Amino acid sequence: MSLLSRELSPITRRRLAVFRDNRRARVSLWIFAALFVVSLVAELIANDRPIVMQYEGKWYVPVMVDYPDTEFGGFLPSPADYRDPFVHDEITANGWMLWPPIPFSYETLDMQLDHPAPSPPTTRHWLGTDDQGRDVLARVIYGFRLSVIFALVLTAGSLVLGVLAGGIQGYFGGKVDLIGQRFTEIWSGLPMLFLLIILASLVEPNFWWLLGIMLLFSWLGLVDVVRAEFLRARNLEYVRAARAMGLPSWLIMWRHVLPNAMVATLTFIPFLFTGAITTLTALDFLGFGLPPGSPSLGELVAQGKNNLQAPWLGITAFITLSVMLSLLVFIGEGLRDAFDPRHIQHAASPSPATNESRRSGPDA
Amino acid sequence: MREPGTTPLLQLHDLTIAFDEVTVVERLSLTVNRGETLALVGESGSGKSVSALGAMNLLPPNARVKGRRRLGETDLTTLNDRGWRGLRGGRVGFVFQEPMTSLNPLHPIGKQIGETLRLHQGLSGKAARARTRELLEQVRLPRAEELLDAWPHQISGGQRQRVMIAMAIANGPELLIADEPTTALDVTVQQEILILLAELRDMHGMGMLFITHDLNLVRRHADRICVLNGGREQETGPVTEVFNHPRSDYTRLLLEAEPTGRPTPATQVAPLLNARRIGVSFPRPTRLFARRPPPFEAVKPLDLHVAPGETLGIVGESGSGKTTLALALLRLGQGSGEIEFDGIRLDQLTGNTLRRQRSNLQVVFQDPYGSLSPRLPVFDIVSEGLRFHHPELTKADVDRRVRATLREVGLPEECASRYPHEFSGGQRQRIAVARAIILEPRLVVLDEPTSALDRSVQKQLVELLRDLQARRHLSYLFISHDLAVVRAMAHRVLVLKDGEVMEEGDCLQVLENPASDYTRALVAAAGLSPRE
Repeated sequence: MSLLSRELSPITRRRLAVFRDNRRARVSLWIFAALFVVSLVAELIANDRPIVMQYEGKWYVPVMVDYPDTEFGGFLPSPADYRDPFVHDEITANGWMLWPPIPFSYETLDMQLDHPAPSPPTTRHWLGTDDQGRDVLARVIYGFRLSVIFALVLTAGSLVLGVLAGGIQGYFGGKVDLIGQRFTEIWSGLPMLFLLIILASLVEPNFWWLLGIMLLFSWLGLVDVVRAEFLRARNLEYVRAARAMGLPSWLIMWRHVLPNAMVATLTFIPFLFTGAITTLTALDFLGFGLPPGSPSLGELVAQGKNNLQAPWLGITAFITLSVMLSLLVFIGEGLRDAFDPRHIQHAASPSPATNESRRSGPDA
Repeated sequence: MREPGTTPLLQLHDLTIAFDEVTVVERLSLTVNRGETLALVGESGSGKSVSALGAMNLLPPNARVKGRRRLGETDLTTLNDRGWRGLRGGRVGFVFQEPMTSLNPLHPIGKQIGETLRLHQGLSGKAARARTRELLEQVRLPRAEELLDAWPHQISGGQRQRVMIAMAIANGPELLIADEPTTALDVTVQQEILILLAELRDMHGMGMLFITHDLNLVRRHADRICVLNGGREQETGPVTEVFNHPRSDYTRLLLEAEPTGRPTPATQVAPLLNARRIGVSFPRPTRLFARRPPPFEAVKPLDLHVAPGETLGIVGESGSGKTTLALALLRLGQGSGEIEFDGIRLDQLTGNTLRRQRSNLQVVFQDPYGSLSPRLPVFDIVSEGLRFHHPELTKADVDRRVRATLREVGLPEECASRYPHEFSGGQRQRIAVARAIILEPRLVVLDEPTSALDRSVQKQLVELLRDLQARRHLSYLFISHDLAVVRAMAHRVLVLKDGEVMEEGDCLQVLENPASDYTRALVAAAGLSPRE
């Protein structure tokens, strides 16, 4: 940590300190990070195949490798179904299996339910099953991961596009700016949701299709922020000095202007992130989102709505989404405050700048 | 000769001000008498503004103010919030430095002055308007009736400062606190404002606390002077006494800080930079169906030339087009006309060829806080141009040259790894100079490089620049409004007013025997001390 903080500029260190002082944001960040790390290894937590096993003296890692049924005395060359009672008994008789804590994956249909699906929470299914007999907890874990990764990729993509478009418009100004601004205005008038719905009838939307389409629009929000920062920065004296030094525009933008624009951009990120999650959930809820069978929170919400007699579906979906979004909003607030110069000044400079400390000549 | 008063008005005794744990003013005692001007003088960071604000309870809550304070018969230490509100704007008036930001842009002038009248005297409607008009006339604003409904952006900086003064005297204050009231104004306007303040002081019998860094102004406009340094009082006394027989070393240092000396004479005459009919004009916006109005000429076409090793001073007040001209010469802003640099027509170059030429023409800007990227360490700032123009240099070569250049501008080598905010204004300006000269340019444009600095720092910077010129045979285009600095730097000067050349010629000749009325007014207002 000391090595890290020595390399950070003092202003970044001050921002980190402000963020750390904000207890709610800090705790939210820890919880969210923990949840995300846990969901990243979802295969080890909720899976319909053992993590490791030993069969007739040989080691197997079913989580990583598909073993054919024939390996365990079956007849079919297809991957083994470890939940099948025959395979199960065969393996336990000649070795042992280490199962994940939740022995169901997001798409595992539990054939041995004692209730008609959706079945209520039991010790076997901690949060019950949905109307197709799939474990809700497993689906929530996978769904959480999918949502966060989707939002991450979407945010990264929007960041690149938005900063590029906003930066070019702001830095060059004039005609470039005028044309760019009119274009983004027209572009932002296109209805994204309808496009997605139309698309859903043409192709079968998958993760990448949805990402692509949403990426076409999600960068628009950033353009204004970045453009304004670049417009301001291009007349700063150190940018002028860099131009006087003969540096090419791309280098000036990258080294001198972008770091300043990043503050406004970074504060925007958490809200892009929550926006992406909400949109994906909404699409899934409407049935125009990820392909059927995907672990999606939106689909869980829809199931909850369709199965009001099974409140565990709706309640789980509600709690998962609200916890996830609240955590993100708290983190976002913390970030925003950390980047707010007023907070930093308050926390860092004991004396106000006296008015003569920045005396400017009449030509200012 | 006016007799300044002797009845004490504002009395501060052992005033100590601390922010959290840092003491910024220590045991300051001063007295402002009725009808006199006490100048509180010091360089930036000396605590002069803080003491005045602290005495009037205007500091943020983390400030602790100790010591006895009295205004007339009122004990300020025990005053409650209500008492303070009645005092400020009523018995005490304030004039601040920045006329651009101290008026609310969303209200007309008359309304803003009327507001203090309503709050303190309960005047409203016609009565307030009549009184406001009277006040505007008192501060010598022309067309007072029209100005009542004018917006702040419609009037000039000097006029805004007059409006601020009108607001400050609206309720007949006993004490006027003027915190650098003229620092942001042109020299000729400064004079008028200070004369006005003195007249108002005599007319109303006010005491005036005049906070400034400019000793030239103090000499002419104050009765007594109190010199502060680092939050400690150095010396207090009548102006003539302090100026003629300074007792403290610090005062002596301040008094001797005016830049002196002359540049080394230039030997060559063949021009390095030769600009013919260079002008800058901006198109005015067209209104619908109206004919396009003639463009605004920021700089009217003019000729200028600079020889190797020579400094051409460009002098003028704000809005005279000095910076616009410099940007046009550097091809950083728009402009028309021919620019010939070392036999190359700069105005015909574009793209890469222009970029390569740029290493020969460098620039140092006015604001030492804005001209260095706050996110890069000094090494990166200084070496940036070198790394770009000479990619063939090894890391060790670049490192060696950065260190050599930093030494040359008088900075320790180890500052290369530090960030700009760790340096003072003067040091930052040295970094900016290092950045400019590391590319070994032949001409450096200095755009008001000293105007944001304290006098004593200015002097050092001027000496550094002259040194560099002699050693490296540099040509300078030195832009400034400060004639004392120009005299110490320039071989020749060009006086600009509203984009037009008023006068051009040898520096000393122009300053000592100005030919045009405008230059004469400038020289008079600058109050240059005679050359030794």
